[in-house]
Amino acid sequence: MIENVCDITVNVDEKLSIDKFNVDEENAHIVLKENPSDEEFRKLVLCCPAALYKVEEDGSKRFDYAGCLECGTCRMICGDTILEKWEYPQPTMGIEYRFG
Amino acid sequence: MAEITLDVDFEPDFDVIVVGGGCAGCVAAYKLAEAGKAVLVVERGNYSGAKNMTGGRIYTHSLAKVFPDYLDAPLQRKVSHERISLMAPDSNFTVDFTSRELTEPGQESWTVLRAPFDQWLAEKAEEAGAEIIPGIAVEDLLMANGKVVGISAAGEEMTARMVILADGVNSLLTSKAGLSKPAPAIDQVAVGAKETIQLDPAVIESRFLCNPGEGASWLFAGSMTNGAIGGAFVYTNEDSISIGIVATMSEVIKQDIPVYQMLENFKNRPEIAPLIRDGKLVEYSGHVVPEGGLKMMPELVGNGVIVAGDAAMMCMNLGYTVRGMDLAIASGEIAGKAAIQALDAGDTSKAGLQCYKTMLDQSFIMRDMKQYENFPEFMEECPRLFKGYPEMIRDIMNPMFIVNGQPRESLKKMAMGPIKEIGMFTIAKDAMKGMKAL
Repeated sequence: MIENVCDITVNVDEKLSIDKFNVDEENAHIVLKENPSDEEFRKLVLCCPAALYKVEEDGSKRFDYAGCLECGTCRMICGDTILEKWEYPQPTMGIEYRFG
Repeated sequence: MAEITLDVDFEPDFDVIVVGGGCAGCVAAYKLAEAGKAVLVVERGNYSGAKNMTGGRIYTHSLAKVFPDYLDAPLQRKVSHERISLMAPDSNFTVDFTSRELTEPGQESWTVLRAPFDQWLAEKAEEAGAEIIPGIAVEDLLMANGKVVGISAAGEEMTARMVILADGVNSLLTSKAGLSKPAPAIDQVAVGAKETIQLDPAVIESRFLCNPGEGASWLFAGSMTNGAIGGAFVYTNEDSISIGIVATMSEVIKQDIPVYQMLENFKNRPEIAPLIRDGKLVEYSGHVVPEGGLKMMPELVGNGVIVAGDAAMMCMNLGYTVRGMDLAIASGEIAGKAAIQALDAGDTSKAGLQCYKTMLDQSFIMRDMKQYENFPEFMEECPRLFKGYPEMIRDIMNPMFIVNGQPRESLKKMAMGPIKEIGMFTIAKDAMKGMKAL
């Protein structure tokens, strides 16, 4: 069970829906290890600016690489713990900032 | 790294391959192309800037040095207001500094958005004769006899006499080149989240008290990060506001508020909400900021390879000002010059490229990185900046401004209470240490 995360009142998915993405449906550029530890997963819940690491109401963990802003935060925090793979998306895929 | 064998009469495809078409990469390519060198820039985005984000503001001195026509670049607003705030949960104390000197040529700064700005830089490099291939991600470096001799990307190999790594703060290649650890320590990097919010230019000017074409840089420390090292920023663009949070990763994981929620709470503050009211969110972005300073820099020179910009962790956060792009541009210029010197001497080995390090050391880049070497540590040792001092200022100011019919005490007495709470000695020590680190 992941504890000590405040109530979330913001819907980041809605914000991401405004961004321009070319999601690579075929190829996940970030892959989590199976059964990631609560402690490590919690760090990514707090730090991923795109809120891709989520704790569901029933306490289960959810991660989706679509919506990734390719910042590298999760790689730096958990690259050697619960991440199986961290690569940049394939060329022309991923986030495309129009403002930046 | 992929080892390849070179023929005796090996002729590389390019003089230099630059990885990354951002500030450092485009400027390096521009300098090289200008000198007639065959240079290729490989950019993983569909265009330069497609993967880049800044707060942000650029100090234009180094840009102006490379491009005398820099005012043609898509810069947003010239910064005429420097605002810094200390925010407690229920108060905010702001200093608003204006000075004629802030906007004078050679020392002015501009707000900027990277997608348009980096495309302008890429055009400059292209006009000078550099070849830019966007939409290709470099997967690996090619090595021959212990020297970097090219890249592999999209299943193809491209060779060069040397490679310039300008692939940003989350570089996967500096470690492959043996110049850095696989990833920086998480107390040396901050995560940033930003919203770009569209507003009418006239509305921006009236809300931020700016003349047309001018704007504000506004940095906040305090309760928005709940005591974590970091803060918030607001920059005025031509017809949008950049608003965001930056916080050190090792500190965020000790909190219970995700960074995106910090940003939302900050936007909802009564001091902030009126600034962005009726604005339209046009982009949400995230990025890593290298904040560890000199101590987190990689080796800058390898055999056949040099590192510039964010990939070299050239960035300074001093609390009241954040710098990165002026360093990236200057390091790109120096990387270009050093590469030209090494190519002309026919020696792009580690020894031949040492001139890059020498020129950097003589420039403002390494001088400033050294000057502020201890500031990241100071911030770690002074959590009161983020929780403590904002509240102290509130407790001093409240009795100054609140009149409720109660008999007044002397200002000295009113001020001494909150000061004593933290301790005179602690405050004096923080002030001394802070000034020393700056």
